[in-house]
Amino acid sequence: MNATEINIIVKVGMADLKVADHPCILTTLGLGSCVGVALYDTKTKISGLAHVMLPSSLQARNRSNIAKFADTAIVCLVEEMITKGANKNSIIAKLAGGAQMFTLNEMSDIMKIGARNVAAAKEILENLKIPIVAEDTGGNYGRTIELYSEDGRLFIKTIGYGVKNI
Amino acid sequence: MSINLENLNALQIDVLKEIGNIGSGNAATALAAMINKKIDMQVPKVKIVEFKEVSTLLGGEEIPVVGILLKIEGDITGSIMFILDHKASQVLVNLMMGKNAEDPVEFDDMQVSALKELGNIMAGSYLGSLSMLTNLKIISSVPVLAMDMAGAILSVPAIEFGKVGDTVLYIETEFTEGSTKVQGDFFLIPDVDSYEILLKAIGVNA
Repeated sequence: MNATEINIIVKVGMADLKVADHPCILTTLGLGSCVGVALYDTKTKISGLAHVMLPSSLQARNRSNIAKFADTAIVCLVEEMITKGANKNSIIAKLAGGAQMFTLNEMSDIMKIGARNVAAAKEILENLKIPIVAEDTGGNYGRTIELYSEDGRLFIKTIGYGVKNI
Repeated sequence: MSINLENLNALQIDVLKEIGNIGSGNAATALAAMINKKIDMQVPKVKIVEFKEVSTLLGGEEIPVVGILLKIEGDITGSIMFILDHKASQVLVNLMMGKNAEDPVEFDDMQVSALKELGNIMAGSYLGSLSMLTNLKIISSVPVLAMDMAGAILSVPAIEFGKVGDTVLYIETEFTEGSTKVQGDFFLIPDVDSYEILLKAIGVNA
């Protein structure tokens, strides 16, 4: 089955996460310094996508939205996939985003958040023993990503930096 | 003390709106002086919305926009961002440079420089008003500019707001020159600890 033909496109907003059965396309638009964490179970083809904004819920004053933070979002995403029938041992991860949209030397914290988001996502995935098979992170440009459940490919669109599949 | 935008009271929102009003008014005057044309301004709309909704309000996450970011220092710290959509940035560059500009992704150095200066003047006028009303010392940095998808540009203020809540505060202003309408949006992004200073200074501390 082809997800585009049957038109099951699930949109994931900023600070949001979604899990879906095959066939589907999970997409999140205009990732900047946020990171898109795409998880895919190679056996069941269950996929999950989180659009995380901040590295850690531990420093946050308001933790009500668990999809906002890399640590809580990824754990939740894996749990929801397992609830749907995914097998943790066959889940793979792909990362995109974490750009630095504005460049100025003296702008320290606000500027490095993209890289910190990517680092946090990697650490959480490592702790969960989920392999990161591909990534398209960093740079200074935005990305729209689409995760295809038919083969787990992550399609990436940009303005001025081309398109690619990872 | 934790202040977030969700629990601002009506008076605090009114004060922020009024600052937005005066600030954008000064910005419009500055813009008119810069391009030597009469500029009319609509009453700005101050909005507090969930970040999921922001890019929708600007026309979608993937539409190209120009973002101009300045860092704020002094008694309060944080940043201010001025966002123009594709059409608005073209119109303004044309007004400033007196020629036709291409697509924003293809702006040349001179045009980018003009847009930065515009952001500088707009943000400077806004911050000037804020400084005057609050008696706080507020200095802005040299502007930095990025052109990209609205969602990606907006992730920068959204992340900062995300540290305290799930909403952003933004000020939508509409300028008119002749029959040309231009919409620009300001995001005032105080650092977490500056909210309290700011609200105290405008006399409406919770």
